[in-house]
Amino acid sequence: MARYESLLDACGETPLVGLPRLAPAVAPDAPPVRLWAKLEDRNPTGSVKDRAALWMVRAAEQAGTLRAGDTILEPTSGNTGIALAMVAKLRGYRLVCVMPENVSTERTQLLRMYGAEIIFSPAAGGSNQAVATAKQLAEEHPDWVMLFQYGNQANARAHYETTGPELLRDLPTVTHFVAGLGTTGTLMGVGRYLRDKVAGVEIVAAEPRYGELVYGLRNIDEGYVPELYDPEVLTRRFSVGTRDAVLRTRQLVEVEGLFVGFSSGAVLHAALAVAHEAVRDGRAADVAFLVADGGWKYLSTGGYGGTLAEAEQALDRQLWA
Amino acid sequence: MSVDVRVPTILRSYTGGAKTVPGTGDTLAGLLADLETRHPGLRGRLVTEEGALHRFVNVYVNDEDVRFLGALEAKLSAGDTVTVLPAVAGGAGQASGASEALAGSASPAGG
Repeated sequence: MARYESLLDACGETPLVGLPRLAPAVAPDAPPVRLWAKLEDRNPTGSVKDRAALWMVRAAEQAGTLRAGDTILEPTSGNTGIALAMVAKLRGYRLVCVMPENVSTERTQLLRMYGAEIIFSPAAGGSNQAVATAKQLAEEHPDWVMLFQYGNQANARAHYETTGPELLRDLPTVTHFVAGLGTTGTLMGVGRYLRDKVAGVEIVAAEPRYGELVYGLRNIDEGYVPELYDPEVLTRRFSVGTRDAVLRTRQLVEVEGLFVGFSSGAVLHAALAVAHEAVRDGRAADVAFLVADGGWKYLSTGGYGGTLAEAEQALDRQLWA
Repeated sequence: MSVDVRVPTILRSYTGGAKTVPGTGDTLAGLLADLETRHPGLRGRLVTEEGALHRFVNVYVNDEDVRFLGALEAKLSAGDTVTVLPAVAGGAGQASGASEALAGSASPAGG
């Protein structure tokens, strides 16, 4: 049944689609190697983050830390902000997003349209500064509730309770699960669920490797590993550069008709790597990867037009995932 | 085993500004020992006194994280590329310049 009482109830139950044209070719008598995409862009606000937003809000409600009319505070300008804005609107909360003052106007417009308030942090500090500003605001406003997706177990639990079971139900023969690594919530949740249920399953992370300028100011001693991250859940972790992410994003739309954001292109790159290894080793494989969102919000980045080199250059200074 | 090592901007003070330096070693540990002979101090930025990779440093052999390949004991082959990068929370970073459509996204789609 595809009828729901409200938009919130329409979260999850996303389609898993085969990608037979992109899957590596195998000899007729060789074990099959298949590729599957779980389309998380088919969630209410168009990204996988709807699951985390809904579960984090529900968990806070159940714990009694979030009550009707409260203010939610979150340092984000991306998919989580948009997802939280929708959930907050429908459940009667005020949302304050903290984001660097130099983010795109699309993000700002989208968040405001959903009813979120925006507090800008200095551009020079990037998102680390936004997190710091949010933490400072949380101290000044003890009645505000910061859900903090990087450390909130409800983020991973959303995927343990929903995304993982959906995937296994639709693909009981799954051998590999591949997803992007950011807050790590998706991989921790789905990964733990599949490891509990499927002996030998591989949990593969694809991590974006941005242009050099993005890392240029990073001090190695001031890095950040999300509180949710447990490396024991993963079996492999790939770093995918801008060029490969763009190449795969374009292949998805050209070959399979699937229009996705660049982070999903990076994930496909890792998925193809493990699929080709399975072919080489003569092993059957059902490789499922997660499409976190569609490409719509990224059209203005310049990554979808021109040559690969031009796209790579356009994305060089951007955090494209 | 001759490999190429990509060095992040923040550590190029140890390589005379070079982005990529050659090195040799059968394992990552061997490679780091070799690099230390020409770029003193570099190893200490990547490996703790206890002999483990620094928590906020990621090292990749041909784009795969060495922590899943045996860490410092990860095997190297001639022609491999070893990449060193600071750990970055998805999207939680600073971009600069005019084209910033995604800059500051603290919530990467793939998380």
